[in-house]
Amino acid sequence: MAFFTPQSGGSPNADEIASLYRIILYIALVIFVAVEGALGYALWKFRKRKGAVAAQIRGNTRLEIAWTVGAAVILVVLAVLTFVKLSAIQDPSNSGPEGAQLASDGVLYASAQRHLPPNGKALDITAVGRQYIWQYVYPGAAEADGLGAPYSYEELVVPTETTVSLDVVSADVVHSWWVPELGGKVQAVPGYHSYTWFKIPKPGIYRGQCANLCGRGHARMIITVKAVPPAQFEAWLAYQKQLIAEANAAAQAARAKLGRQIGAGQVENP
Amino acid sequence: MALYAPPVPQIVTHDVEPRTQARGWTSWFTTTDHKRIGILYMVTTFVFFLLGGVEALMMRLQLGAPENTLIPPQTYNQLFTMHGTTMVFLFIVPMMAGLANYFVPLMIGARDMAFPRLNAMSYWLLLAGGLVFYASIFWNPPEAGWTSYTPLSNAYFSPGGGQDAWIYLIHLTGLSSLLGAINLYATIVNMRAPGMSWGRLPLFVWAILTYALLLIFALPVIAAAVTMLLTDRHFGTHFFDPNNGGSSLLWQHLFWFFGHPEVYIMVLPGFGIVSEILPVFARKPIFGYKAIAASTVAIAFLGFLTWAHHMFATPIPEAILVFVMLSSFLIAIPTGVKIFNWIATLWRGTVEFKTPLLFCAGFISLFIIGGISGVFLAVFPVDWQLNESYFVVAHIHFVLMGGAVFTIFAAIYYWFPKITGRMLSEGLGKLSFWLMFWGFLITFLIQHVLGLDGMPRRVYEYPDVGHLALYNQISTVGSFILALGVLVTVLNVARSVKSGIVAGPDPWKANTLEWFTASPPPVNNFDVVPRVRSVEPMKDIRREVERRSGATVADPGRATVPAGAMQVGV
Repeated sequence: MAFFTPQSGGSPNADEIASLYRIILYIALVIFVAVEGALGYALWKFRKRKGAVAAQIRGNTRLEIAWTVGAAVILVVLAVLTFVKLSAIQDPSNSGPEGAQLASDGVLYASAQRHLPPNGKALDITAVGRQYIWQYVYPGAAEADGLGAPYSYEELVVPTETTVSLDVVSADVVHSWWVPELGGKVQAVPGYHSYTWFKIPKPGIYRGQCANLCGRGHARMIITVKAVPPAQFEAWLAYQKQLIAEANAAAQAARAKLGRQIGAGQVENP
Repeated sequence: MALYAPPVPQIVTHDVEPRTQARGWTSWFTTTDHKRIGILYMVTTFVFFLLGGVEALMMRLQLGAPENTLIPPQTYNQLFTMHGTTMVFLFIVPMMAGLANYFVPLMIGARDMAFPRLNAMSYWLLLAGGLVFYASIFWNPPEAGWTSYTPLSNAYFSPGGGQDAWIYLIHLTGLSSLLGAINLYATIVNMRAPGMSWGRLPLFVWAILTYALLLIFALPVIAAAVTMLLTDRHFGTHFFDPNNGGSSLLWQHLFWFFGHPEVYIMVLPGFGIVSEILPVFARKPIFGYKAIAASTVAIAFLGFLTWAHHMFATPIPEAILVFVMLSSFLIAIPTGVKIFNWIATLWRGTVEFKTPLLFCAGFISLFIIGGISGVFLAVFPVDWQLNESYFVVAHIHFVLMGGAVFTIFAAIYYWFPKITGRMLSEGLGKLSFWLMFWGFLITFLIQHVLGLDGMPRRVYEYPDVGHLALYNQISTVGSFILALGVLVTVLNVARSVKSGIVAGPDPWKANTLEWFTASPPPVNNFDVVPRVRSVEPMKDIRREVERRSGATVADPGRATVPAGAMQVGV
């Protein structure tokens, strides 16, 4: 657990955010010590004593210009550092050689909002926030209109070493996706798409929770990301597809049976 | 002459005299005297402060242990909604209005506000807003947070009337603040004493002038937004409804377009208070008067360009992220300038550690931390980790509690003698300060770490992982120390209001005109309004008293100057 910096270790963007944070922290500590020190020194050194007379100074233009410019320079440095780091935080790298090959069906997006790796290939997963659970929809829809895509609740299963591009949406109120070790937050705003990405180097469980007040169950709207080796992921995904196919077949059989019982053609979609 | 020590001229102290004005409790309902309205404001808002504080303590109790079941989630959500709304709309903003009401006319040498009856109306609208809001605790208090993001606050997800009570609170307190702001602006622009040019305006009045302008520009936006929310909830409009062509993001933009200037509405008057108090207790003029006045105005202007830094995690274009980061950086410059100027004011002074000075010094040291954590939050990629977490909770409390509230306490200790004619106890004052200061640090410093550890805000419970339980316990213990400190000041006020040491007109040997009149001031404030010749008129007046009485003193045994001599500086 982090004490002085945000959590990291699950994804390069989280690592880069933590490293940018650390640089700012060092600069901030110097400023903090200098300014608090000057305040403490002034209070102690110039406390009222017998015979002391306060200097009647009303200002010093040079000094005032100097510290205004000084403050501005520090902020320019911070801005430059941010722009230097920005690309590594926002732009995903390609999946590693060990990553899932399934990523090849990733789609190129023209949107400026969605950042894709240089080769344009990423595993596209949609995270749907709803009171008070996250649903994850994976690529591989059975039908052309996107229906029948494999999905899961509670646990997001992803392959390691693979760039995952996450499309965060909401089905009801505003939620916020936050797994600290996998990078920053993005809000799930109904009617909008927010994007983030992560690339997990090694198998493991990463935990987070909804970060935007979404109602009485907000504190219980947890996120679990399970990273598994690509082969295991593909097996899991195939199993999910199989479960969906089986459920579909069972439903079709049930509908057909119902149709026979009450007359063909009368039941379209009970 | 040489046989006797030269007389020390000073302004005569005398007993606190009952005022000749109409007394009785009904007179409080009919008064249009800016001082009595100011007292109504201050007492009312302080009661709301105590209510908001109790709500905070209940939340800290719930969070004192992991997976605690003391308070159910619904109640917890109601508590933080009430707490945030109360502290912002019913305490800090109107408390500043109360202080401004009482002291702006006195400081600029006016006999009342420009529109006394409008002034009374401002107060009664505020009280109405507070009562409407708190009445909801008998039915369904609001539970969508003080930010009331849609769709959570719409009729489907928040069917209870509490959300409507919240909307009416925003309307009533908003109208109250708007009328008050127009009144303050008109008063400051038109009613200054002869000779009080803009360059001689006390810095507290500069801050209040800016506060008034910010309110006038920002409030209509939130008034429009909550009206749209009201019609969405009850009359079938779809301004914020994503299923019918509306935009829930629009609410966030409108709310924060008001909400960010609101932060400066809360802290700028505090900056003004500090700029008044430091020179008095350092016995030294304020360092860089022009820079402090100019930075107040600069902060107010930039405050309108930074609202989207509350929305870094929403789907907004990158150009806006960059723009808002840079504008938020820019605002750190005038803020830093103020802090440097305050430290320079203490530098080579003779600092007297009276309670008001302690609260000001405490404020500066805490505000430095709040300012620095604000820079982390302005860097948008870093903010993606920090926003909506306990890091932000810590940040807002460092700037609003350590910032605005500590200056309010400084103002209470500084101006209590003027309002009541009696001094507050220094011993209790210092005890209160140290309890509040350490209590504050224990409560909120550790919350930065809670945020970095991944604890989001507004959660009624958390799992027992890592050190979350320990950190939360530390915070809870701190909050009760802080509350004890507040309680000591309440006792101090209750004790001193009847039996404190008689203060006299100018107990601190201060710089501004409110100390020229008796304590408490008579109904018309000043019999004679002096001509103002500098930014520190009382210094000029004392010097003049000294010069004339020193030259003309006949009776060497007399140490004081007759009451009439107060006006010799005219």
